[in-house]
Amino acid sequence: MPAKIIQRSNKPFRKVKVDTVTIDIIESALRNARYEMDTVLFRTAMSPGIREQHDEFPMIANLEGKMVVGQFGSFIWGFMQGYDGTVEEGDIFLTNDPYSVNGAISHANDWLMLMPIYKKGQIIAWSAMFGHMTDVGGKVPGSLPTDARTIYEEGVVVPPVKIVKGGQLQEDLLRVVLHNCRLPTWNYSDFNAIVAALRTAGNRCVEIAERFGDDIFYSAMDAMLERNKRAMRELIRRTVPETKQYFEDYVCDDGMGMGPYKIACSMWREGDLCIFDFAGTDPQSISSINFLLNEEMFKMFAGVYMIMVFDPQILFNDGFYDLMEVRIPKGTLLKPIKPAALSCRTHALGRIFDVLGGLLGQGNPAFMCAAGFSDSPHFMYSGYNKQGEWYQLYQITFGGIPGKPFGDGPDGHSLWPSFTNVPNEFLESYFPLRIDIYETIIDSGGAGKFRGGNGLRIGYRFLEDGEISIHDDRWLTYPWGVNGGEPGKRSTKTLVRADGSEELMPSKIDHVKVSAGDLLIADTWGGGGCGDPLERDPAQVLFDVEAGLVSVGGALRYGVVITNGAVDAGATQALRKKMAAKRGKVPLFDRGFTDMEELKARCKAETGLDAPAAPQFTTWAKARAGKADKAPRKSRKVA
Amino acid sequence: MTYRLGVDVGGTFTDLLLVNEKTGQTWTAKVPSTPADQSIGVLKGLERVCGLAAINPKEISHVMHGTTVATNTVLTGSGARVGLVTTKGYRQVLQIARSFVPGGLGGWVIYNKSLPMAPLALTIEADERVGARGDVVRPLDEQALRRSLESLKGKQIEALTVSLINAFANDSHERRVRDIAAEVMPGVPVSLSSNVVPEMQEYERTVTTVANSYVRPVVQRYVNNLQSKLASRAGSVKLHILRSDGGLSSAKSAEEYPVNLLMSGPAGGVTGALWVALQAGFPNLLTVDVGGTSTDVALINGGEPRLRRETTVGDVTVRASSVDIRTVGAGGGSIAHVPELTKALRVGPQSAGADPGPAAYGRGGEEPTVTDANVVLGYLPEMQRLGGDMELRRDLAEKAVAKVGTALGKTTHDAALGIYDIVNENMVGALRLVSVEQGHDPRDYALIGFGGAGPLHANALSRLLGSWPTIIPPGPGVLCALGDATTAVRDESARTYIRKFSETSSDEIFKILDKLSSAAAKALEREKVPRAEMQRSYQVDVRYHGQGLRLTVDIKLDDLRRRGLKAISEPFDEEHRRLFTFALPLEHEFVALRAVVQGRGIKVTRRRIAAGTPDPSKAAVGTQAAYMDGRKVKATVYDRARLKAGNRVKGPAIVMEMDSTTVVLPKHTAVVDKLGNLLIYPDGHKGLKGAPRRNVRKSKGRK
Repeated sequence: MPAKIIQRSNKPFRKVKVDTVTIDIIESALRNARYEMDTVLFRTAMSPGIREQHDEFPMIANLEGKMVVGQFGSFIWGFMQGYDGTVEEGDIFLTNDPYSVNGAISHANDWLMLMPIYKKGQIIAWSAMFGHMTDVGGKVPGSLPTDARTIYEEGVVVPPVKIVKGGQLQEDLLRVVLHNCRLPTWNYSDFNAIVAALRTAGNRCVEIAERFGDDIFYSAMDAMLERNKRAMRELIRRTVPETKQYFEDYVCDDGMGMGPYKIACSMWREGDLCIFDFAGTDPQSISSINFLLNEEMFKMFAGVYMIMVFDPQILFNDGFYDLMEVRIPKGTLLKPIKPAALSCRTHALGRIFDVLGGLLGQGNPAFMCAAGFSDSPHFMYSGYNKQGEWYQLYQITFGGIPGKPFGDGPDGHSLWPSFTNVPNEFLESYFPLRIDIYETIIDSGGAGKFRGGNGLRIGYRFLEDGEISIHDDRWLTYPWGVNGGEPGKRSTKTLVRADGSEELMPSKIDHVKVSAGDLLIADTWGGGGCGDPLERDPAQVLFDVEAGLVSVGGALRYGVVITNGAVDAGATQALRKKMAAKRGKVPLFDRGFTDMEELKARCKAETGLDAPAAPQFTTWAKARAGKADKAPRKSRKVA
Repeated sequence: MTYRLGVDVGGTFTDLLLVNEKTGQTWTAKVPSTPADQSIGVLKGLERVCGLAAINPKEISHVMHGTTVATNTVLTGSGARVGLVTTKGYRQVLQIARSFVPGGLGGWVIYNKSLPMAPLALTIEADERVGARGDVVRPLDEQALRRSLESLKGKQIEALTVSLINAFANDSHERRVRDIAAEVMPGVPVSLSSNVVPEMQEYERTVTTVANSYVRPVVQRYVNNLQSKLASRAGSVKLHILRSDGGLSSAKSAEEYPVNLLMSGPAGGVTGALWVALQAGFPNLLTVDVGGTSTDVALINGGEPRLRRETTVGDVTVRASSVDIRTVGAGGGSIAHVPELTKALRVGPQSAGADPGPAAYGRGGEEPTVTDANVVLGYLPEMQRLGGDMELRRDLAEKAVAKVGTALGKTTHDAALGIYDIVNENMVGALRLVSVEQGHDPRDYALIGFGGAGPLHANALSRLLGSWPTIIPPGPGVLCALGDATTAVRDESARTYIRKFSETSSDEIFKILDKLSSAAAKALEREKVPRAEMQRSYQVDVRYHGQGLRLTVDIKLDDLRRRGLKAISEPFDEEHRRLFTFALPLEHEFVALRAVVQGRGIKVTRRRIAAGTPDPSKAAVGTQAAYMDGRKVKATVYDRARLKAGNRVKGPAIVMEMDSTTVVLPKHTAVVDKLGNLLIYPDGHKGLKGAPRRNVRKSKGRK
């Protein structure tokens, strides 16, 4: 049974014609309201992930639940289908169960809250927001266990519940949830911050509706969706070919010694409809790297990517959803069946963007960006300090942004919107560690006409005994280059013990014991290069060399010879000629390997780590996959 | 007899305001600016204003000056060649910055990061380390540093920045680096992060100190030149420069810490607007300064401008206190366009700039701008001469705006009105940031419009926000000079102090604040401010332990002594509730302590204008066909110089003066007050009955 909406008045709003300028004004007013949600949250939240790094996503939707402003697309319709109860004025809903909302959030750390916005007893819009809590309980600090096999190991899971009922906070319920978290005051504060943000959006929507009238507010939102649809239809027609494009990329391993896992996708157009089909993607993993991908969210990713590449002025919203169809086979890495573990989905989530880039770029090579920092590597450090107090750090780190047809990729930056690093002085004040090294890795960005950004090197010096976790990827496969650009350098992690001995760390691992004085050198990966490196201006290469971002040796990848701090023009010309002849035609993609077996064969020699074994899959998921297709919503209700 | 002189140097005019310190009597002068050497215009104005007052320039004791020289240096990238010394392992602190990529999801695709103000090629590392608590983990390797500095010297740097990790907790290494640098490269100015901004967060501290170095040689030259020119005419006059936070700094401190001047110009506008509004009886105020490419807005509550702990110029954000001025890329020169895919009407942020400027200027501009829309709408009458001599070309404005009309399927008039409405909405967005978003209801505030184009939009903005009255002061240029002249000398002393309340005591806080205020008072003594005239105030930055925000709480020392730390925690909880709707049952934590000491401002009496009757018809100079609220109207045009106190100008009307034009919308009335301000209210508003109403003094949080 879908949710029942209770309103004092059920008189439908009238669809009226709205002047385009009024639409523009309402659009900017709503956009301002959405940014105001961010501000309220950042200022009061406590989880550094939300507060310092901005791992949170607000949105405002129309009364049917279609996102009008926001980033990750709407899930309200899906929520309404799955929620068996009433929606009333003053209610706020909370859930962190990905399976209950078909992947609108994709792991339990993300707390999703939504609120119907009432005006005179009637819903006029919705506001919603989710943010990443530092801890939600479960088997490891940070609640992201690499070795979890089911979601039950990943902390407290809350199905969609009314956490605020008619304006009254359901304190007992909240207490139960908080009781299961390691840092309850952080969760409590973040929870309050999200409530405040939702209410802010609510107030703004009511004000706008009062200013223009309810019917105009309603119709303007509709017109914004329609406007976006028109623009996207045009974009899809122009950029998506009718012939099938295919691209695949990989998650290197599952933290259990198996991998890589393939994400495969085909894209083509039928009339105005753009179809994405993930057939060929590997089955769901037995570990926690599964990414429950919401179809609508994927449409948003695809739409946003197209908009950014082709016309960044367009405001994106849910208006174009009818123009895309997304097919994700059940029981795969991207549509795992409950109770598959989900916590470490960040690698597959990031890789989706590389897949998208690879797909969309094939039809429009001139607009193609390289592979880049398609992940959020995590670092966690926890334990008891000498005073017996618990400390727990969860940190997202960054790397090389890909080279793109519009310029170089920044070094050590974030692909994720509004994410920032945590100041190291802040870390050193609040956690028992020192950041001895904080720099980008020379030559780690892929060579290209537009250079890939360098990866980031962080040297963590531990000042207390404790445990660390590392969650990273792209240690086996490379961030690929495009149109002649070379791949970026892969990630590595080295633990240097206080006695000077070194241990190579795998890319994904929990429960590593560290002692005071140990140093972890965590290198993330560089962005792929874009375009022919031999076409890069030698003066620009020299600039990078002087800056210490590229070495004199690394400049040779661009065919640039630097002697005594200056470009040797003659030698450069000769070298470039030689390289061009030897290389021949530049490939569209440079993955840095010919096939997986070849890559695995040189894995140990190159990375010092054993190549992962071929993945083994569960049999139950395969058996259930067929059934799941017939009863797609069942799992949601059970939760 | 002694006099003070306020000087504002704008793009076109230099405005000066002379005040008799005893009587408060004022004289003003306006002369053309001289961009090549601004001091030439300043001196010319000084001669003129002294002539008007019939005084000898040597009778001027203080010159107060707001300047955009630091701002322009950053905006045009014309600063010094800056070398940077970081801690080993942190050479790329500016390259990595905060890893932030603007533009939302997928924004990286179009993001091209600008280069740091201190190039990586000029950045060296010092082998040293200080811990988070100020402990020396590794001593400074002086020999290695000396070698690195020698090589840097060979690269002809013009200024040096030293920013070492945790220097806010222990500055000994930074000072040592400075001493060695003084030996290696004598004469090169050195800025230390522990001096410029002794606060936690390595990137922010570094970028701020580098910005300081970047503008320092330019500001130094400018201030030196101005001072020596002034000395040649006015003898031993003391030159003060207005800081971004609205305080005054000595010429010497301006040269050493020019990063504090990045918002000097706009701060003068806000200070002047505040002065005008206070005289008119409106201590709660939204200020709107509309220029050619952007609009600056600020909120003043109870006569005190809001301050914020950072300053943004272009894409550079530094940690320096400034009046909380928000800037939107919406001004007279903003270009309107209709993207092909969405068919939406967008205005800005692209601007036609000064050259070619709006189409109506007839200098070859073809893109439709906000100014063109104002011409098409009849708000800028052809009889208006911008800046006194520029003719407006209505035909060219119409041609440009018609392009937008065609793309939208609208008449040229409707397209112009659309542009006007959208740009107003963008300005409202910025006004919301300083009001609603900070928990202030704009309906409790009056709105003052200035800058060349402010008076064209102010009435409409008031209507959108419910902020009445709209105040249009006479002479927007003089406003800034007035702000400069009336500002008191002010200094503050602050330190980062991170302690939970349970780890400290009110005695301890009392002691630190007392020490800080003595330090600030000493600085004022050097400016010859008598001790008896100094007003001291105290602020603490507080948060809940674990939170990232900091809220500033004003405290009184005797309150602290009497009630202990509750004198801080209670107002903090109250402010937190007001801003975010909730307080938390968590422990409080200090972040920073600050003492502010300021001298007394001076009394300024502005001449009252002649009184008249409600009937303004004697000032009417004609009519103008205009398009307001979607209708064609006939607006009466008034000459502002002829308006008398008590005149009531009914909308639709247009009021002209040499450097600005005011629009009074239909169903609104402008009352001329005793000082010549126009106070616009919607018809039927209480403010139009009887004497002008004052808005009430607020006492929330800050005074």
